[in-house]
Amino acid sequence: MEPSNDESSSDRSLDWTVHLPYLHPPYASTVTRAPRRRLVPLPECLASVTGPAFGAGDVDALDDDLTRNAVRTGEPLGERIIVIGRVLDGAGRPVPNALLEVWQANSAGRYIHGHDQHDAPLDPNFTGTGRCLTDADGAYRFTTIRPGAYPWRNHENAWRPSHIHFSVCGRNFLERLVTQMYFPGDPLLVLDPIYNSVPDERAKQRLLAAYDHGVTRPEWALGYRFDIVVAGGRRTPFEDYHR
Amino acid sequence: MMNATRRQTPSQTVGPFFHDTLVSEGGNILVEDATRGERIRIFGSVLDGDGVPVPDALLEIWQPDARGLYPHTSDPRAEEADEAFRGFGRAATDNDGLYWFETIKPGGPAPEAGAGQAPFVSVRVFARGLLIHVVTRIYFEDETNDADPVLSRLDPEGRTSLLARREEGGPHAHYRFDVILQGPNETVFFDV
Ligand SMILES: [Fe+2]
Repeated sequence: MEPSNDESSSDRSLDWTVHLPYLHPPYASTVTRAPRRRLVPLPECLASVTGPAFGAGDVDALDDDLTRNAVRTGEPLGERIIVIGRVLDGAGRPVPNALLEVWQANSAGRYIHGHDQHDAPLDPNFTGTGRCLTDADGAYRFTTIRPGAYPWRNHENAWRPSHIHFSVCGRNFLERLVTQMYFPGDPLLVLDPIYNSVPDERAKQRLLAAYDHGVTRPEWALGYRFDIVVAGGRRTPFEDYHR
Repeated sequence: MMNATRRQTPSQTVGPFFHDTLVSEGGNILVEDATRGERIRIFGSVLDGDGVPVPDALLEIWQPDARGLYPHTSDPRAEEADEAFRGFGRAATDNDGLYWFETIKPGGPAPEAGAGQAPFVSVRVFARGLLIHVVTRIYFEDETNDADPVLSRLDPEGRTSLLARREEGGPHAHYRFDVILQGPNETVFFDV
């Protein structure tokens, strides 16, 4: 399926030069799941400029520290990392109070999920799930363990590069993104059909965290920076919506 | 081109392992005792292009309250919105590809929003194999939909794909809405 192009693309919130087509045969699951009909353009309306509001009640104190939020017998194993960044809209404005939810494999490349069949050990002190809210500057911070690579049977000897899944809920229906953060220099990136589904090389680079020595804490953890730019931002958020 | 100060971060698939993080018990129940409006259940299947149920999809819905109001600053009438209704829900499909929500029948948009607009629920579907989510809408077959400006631009098959069908059962109305990701009966998806 192709994005609609019968109307000016500037009317659409999603930038289709950045996002991928649905059908991407190297990623086998797209073959029977990708829609094939043309997307129907939908004018901006009250349903798209509104959305659920998130606040302190949606997160708990340890939710942003995956090295501590599931501890039972001791600390989780692996390389401790800090991931910080900002959530911005298309106009470069910070998105405050965005709900970020993350999930990832443990340091051995194993998810706690019941359907994960990878023959690698679970970590009794790590569930790989976290959440937090962005502050007034759109900034967030997670402490976690660097996830391991894992096999996924998409093709012969297929391995996903290390990644953290990010879900972002911004201020309205349009400011919604689910993506994955990767690590710079990972040799599996060039082989990964999901990462390489992104058509534009510079857009792909935006999925890579940057190592940031200023974020690294001595004797404690390596630091990475990962900024996220969501769709939307066609109007200022507080501009009245004229129906 | 939109404002190019910041280029968007590309979407990536939600994959198969999101449940423990994105799905919480009761997340598909939008009503509480104090919620105003007609209780309904919306349920259905998510199917792939071979007609096979998709057991690892995630649906998110967003809808106004029983009077058509959204609890959000962009709605000029937000002050009057039902405080006992958040309007947002998430449901994962089960092993048979089925999902359900307990919610209320949404009110229609205000008349000044444009003549003939029918009430609807906004839907997003995420799944392994979808590199970016799809967006659709649930309309209700027993509402006045004939003059709706979005529905009337669609061909008859497309329009039918967006109409939830009322089924009797249980104490309140059930509406069936299947999401068909691909194929001759493919659901209409929107570019928002
Ligand atoms: Fe993953």
